[in-house]
Amino acid sequence: MFTLINLVQPDTVEEAYRVLTEKKSNAILGGCAFLKMGSKRIDTGIELSKLNLNYIKEDDSHIEIGAYTTFRDLEKSPILNYYFNGVIPKSVADIIGVQFRSIVTLGASVYSKYGFSDLIPTLLTLNCEVELFKGGRIPLEEFLKSAYEKDILTKIFLKKNHRIAVYKNLRNSKSDYSILNVSVSNIDSKYIIAVGARPAVAKIAKKASEYLNHGNINEDTLEKASNIAAEELDFGDNMRGSAEYRKAMCCVLVKRALKEVLECR
Amino acid sequence: MKVVGKSIPKIDGMAIATGKPVYTEDLVMKNALIIKILRSPYAFAKITSIDVSKAEQIEGVECILTYKDVPQARFTLAGQSYPEPSPYDRLILDQIVRYVGDEVAIIAAVDEKTALKAMKLIKVTYEIFEPVFDFEKAIENKSVIHSEEDVHCNFDIGMKKDKNIASSQYIEFGDVEEELKKCDTVVEETYYTQAQAHAMMETYRAFNYIDHAGRLVVVSSTQIPFHVRRMLSIALQIPASKIRVIKPRIGGGFGGKQTAAVEIFTAIVTLKTGKPSIIVYDRKETFSCTTSRHAVKLKVRLGADKEGFIRALDIQGLSDTGAYGEHASTVFGVLGQKTLPLYNKTNAIRFMGDVVYTNKMPGGALRGYGATQGTFALEGAVNKLAEKLNMDPSEIRLKNLIKEGENSLLHYDKMLGSSTLHKCIETGKRLINWDEKYPKVELDDNKVRGIGMAVTMQGSGIAGIDTASAEVRLNDTGDYTLLIGATDMGTGSDTILTQMAAEILETTMENITVISADTDVSPYDPGSYASSTTYVTGMAVVKACEDLKKKILENSARLLDVPKENLEFLGDKVKILNKDDSISIIKLASQMVLGTGKNQLVGNATYGSEVSPPPFIAGFAEVEIDKETGKFELINYIAVTDCGTVINPNLARMQVEGGIVQGIGMAMYEDVRYDFKGNMQTNSFMQYKIPCRKDIKNITVAFEESYEPTGPFGAKSVGEVVVNTPSPAIAHAVYNAVGVNVTKLPITPEKIFIKMRK
Amino acid sequence: MQIVIIINNKKTLLDVELNEFLADTLRKHGMLSIRKACNTSCCGLCTVWVDGKPTLSCSLLSIKAVGKNITTIEGVQSEAENFAKILVAEGAEQCGFCSPGFIMTVLAMKNELKNPTEKDIIHYLTGNLCRCTGYMGQLRAVKKYLGVN
Repeated sequence: MFTLINLVQPDTVEEAYRVLTEKKSNAILGGCAFLKMGSKRIDTGIELSKLNLNYIKEDDSHIEIGAYTTFRDLEKSPILNYYFNGVIPKSVADIIGVQFRSIVTLGASVYSKYGFSDLIPTLLTLNCEVELFKGGRIPLEEFLKSAYEKDILTKIFLKKNHRIAVYKNLRNSKSDYSILNVSVSNIDSKYIIAVGARPAVAKIAKKASEYLNHGNINEDTLEKASNIAAEELDFGDNMRGSAEYRKAMCCVLVKRALKEVLECR
Repeated sequence: MKVVGKSIPKIDGMAIATGKPVYTEDLVMKNALIIKILRSPYAFAKITSIDVSKAEQIEGVECILTYKDVPQARFTLAGQSYPEPSPYDRLILDQIVRYVGDEVAIIAAVDEKTALKAMKLIKVTYEIFEPVFDFEKAIENKSVIHSEEDVHCNFDIGMKKDKNIASSQYIEFGDVEEELKKCDTVVEETYYTQAQAHAMMETYRAFNYIDHAGRLVVVSSTQIPFHVRRMLSIALQIPASKIRVIKPRIGGGFGGKQTAAVEIFTAIVTLKTGKPSIIVYDRKETFSCTTSRHAVKLKVRLGADKEGFIRALDIQGLSDTGAYGEHASTVFGVLGQKTLPLYNKTNAIRFMGDVVYTNKMPGGALRGYGATQGTFALEGAVNKLAEKLNMDPSEIRLKNLIKEGENSLLHYDKMLGSSTLHKCIETGKRLINWDEKYPKVELDDNKVRGIGMAVTMQGSGIAGIDTASAEVRLNDTGDYTLLIGATDMGTGSDTILTQMAAEILETTMENITVISADTDVSPYDPGSYASSTTYVTGMAVVKACEDLKKKILENSARLLDVPKENLEFLGDKVKILNKDDSISIIKLASQMVLGTGKNQLVGNATYGSEVSPPPFIAGFAEVEIDKETGKFELINYIAVTDCGTVINPNLARMQVEGGIVQGIGMAMYEDVRYDFKGNMQTNSFMQYKIPCRKDIKNITVAFEESYEPTGPFGAKSVGEVVVNTPSPAIAHAVYNAVGVNVTKLPITPEKIFIKMRK
Repeated sequence: MQIVIIINNKKTLLDVELNEFLADTLRKHGMLSIRKACNTSCCGLCTVWVDGKPTLSCSLLSIKAVGKNITTIEGVQSEAENFAKILVAEGAEQCGFCSPGFIMTVLAMKNELKNPTEKDIIHYLTGNLCRCTGYMGQLRAVKKYLGVN
């Protein structure tokens, strides 16, 4: 159980950032589901309800999602069910249960760069951008690779277009974390392949994606692309699976995802 | 029958469904001290110093106990009838700690925050010993887990503790090696079953207080109130008559609460402080500091003759009982008892092996209790034998399984009193469409479906040992009170025992009040384990009610001044035969208690059986495997059950469905795992996956009732047998689908994939 | 810290720690139907409604519940009893420990989903674990309650 000495509920992001960086042991309070499993000692907890970051909205060019949006809201959003083959709702729908998804927030999940995340690979293939208070608006891929620095993730952006994406995962029990998960997107024959729960955090299989972007699409090339993805990424062992198994499953899931995304035209 | 055989709703159903405060934690008084336990971070160590001085000074801390503050008499926490077949190898707090999580200090404070604050200030130094984790390396390991001199057993269970052996067993009939040589076909296979967690929804908790007469009252989420009373008496060295144990509604047990994990801590704190105290284990402690199913390695050899009769059966086992031996010998014993008699055309049978200590959380009682592990191995071997003989797996069973009226080598002088197992197999085959689907159906290039089967037996109570008493009283207002010690853990025993009473007394459920599981009020009962409640306690209830009925007739005869033979009992009245004269039960009751009768009528009985009539299940599984990933779905499970007469069809069905799903968990998802330092990695529902709703597709339950002559209304039991068939049936289905024989549970996609690739 | 939460339509003044979760606050306040069974936000036994939506009370800080309308089973007793009768008639509550949280989720589902299929029902209820019943009896009872075939 974590300890908390003070609490603030700032009216602006600036104020939130100021308090956050004032002391090393100050922290943002997100969904708190994971926080309560640890024993972090927080001096001042910063609660962001007043910033109204719980929204999903669209304008002409982008979909914007606030960091305090829950997974349940992502799941039910008409906007997200409409665009991108409804891949975002599909990628979060199986996570534990409706009550859990009403607690877990987009911002906390993305900011924490969880390896087991079902959402991150999907956001990667949608070319997601994150907005950080200090770091500014940067591609999610860049954020995932960056070194840890205290910041506040306030929202994410998805470009509105006719991109199609699919999400696939392999789990033992349906309420378990994924052994491996995959997302593939296609827009105008440009593919992005991302693999997560490796068990490390999701990564784009650049070589595999590039291979497809420059050639024909047929059974052989799909097979080859999935093999390239399995070779270029690295996998590890954990309680849920071995590296060897994950690598083999990467081939299978990427190939299936590619086939599915092609059928979605 | 009017009441027995009907799906009567549970008498506590509405209260517990709508969240009424009837569980242990809901009943505790507000000022009870909160107890927390400081636990060992090491798997095997000796406490060289422990300093609680700073912790004791914190305001609100009532007492802190270490190994120096507890009685030095060893005891067992096992819920077994006295004399327990369990080593007395425990102390309340021991200077030696034997698994990560073993108790080091008991802290009692006014609230949780203070107790946890104090815990941090306790300074402990340890001398670390080399731990033993691998049960296959435990025997004669240079690290001896119980080297203390004062470990003792009530009688010989084959303990050789200096070799880390808690129990050693050997049963043989005929000459197995000779018989195997004579067999035309022999199969051999080694199986591993994993440790499984109970994962009951209500974690372990208990509270204590001293009552107005200076007695220690224990309110606990327990399956074994009478054993707890005796255990506390031995451990705390106070008379049992000074202890009262009460079980309120409890949130599941499955055998976990057949080991008294927590009562000892609240008891000692309340005794020392004079104040009420409560302990509530969180989920992490429940997973890692109580008990789990024994992990077992089993080598099975089966030999058959030319006609396909199984003539020799040899099971050699090694069981991991962890740090303490509560259920070491009995789980292992049951493994043999519930496998050896099933196939009774044998000329020679043998069950042998050792139960070893290791530095892990102890093995305990978990539904199935050894029969589960044995069934996985035996049925796997029978399926393997069927294939080698080119026989249909159902045929080899129909040919070799014991039938009603037959005996077996293990029970030579006892005939099987009831069985419809053969009919269960036929029914199950029909329900799953065995002939069309066996062994597999290819769906397309990648997906294939396979079916498999397994059978099992359990027991009903422990023959010659389990004894239960019941009392039924006719109250002044003409209604009845039924007093029993049986512990309803949600199974509905309060309800079905009332059904039995209502049937005998020819009255309604509403006219009988059942009071259970309070050692001050209830007559003795072992508690709910060994599938004894319906059969043993049920028979006691039946006999007590018949005793009361007899007394009602005798006393009615007196009051009506007619011979007893001229009377008939009609439920609401006693009537003179061939006449209109009668006396109502209400009037009789009033007369007996308040009027001229001067004899409040009570019926009582004590029952124990010389046999443990087995319930049987035939289980059939259908899986659909994705050949590219090894992932499979269990698309269909059929369980056909013989539990004798079904007392309450809805509740019996629920037992089967619930047990099958626990069995599916053991087959496919659940696995208690430790890291290389002995820390339990699977200490939460996040890491330990019990089946969730989406994992369960279709379970079909059917009953083929037999009639057990020694059981109440012909009933046997159903509580444990239900968990045994899924693992072997699913393993068989997987084998038939893709030719992969997974002999180590759980059956995971990766295991299938890796084996397929080979 | 003193906060005001609306519990079962009643404005309630409570004294809470900053790091206190709603499940503990509610139990201290006498809502004993709330059960904490897992510590890892996995089991659903602590389900309450937050503004009508089923949420894990064990994972919601009480300070975050300020101004929200919290409903426990104590506040919807007659609807709960309507469903509970069907559940009990089915024999589908065994130990009952998971039942209140389960019923809260079922009632929320009834409010939220119109004409759910069996698949929708299983999806909605999957966050409520049960160790005793094997889920089949609960599903039969829910289908009867909703009039789904």
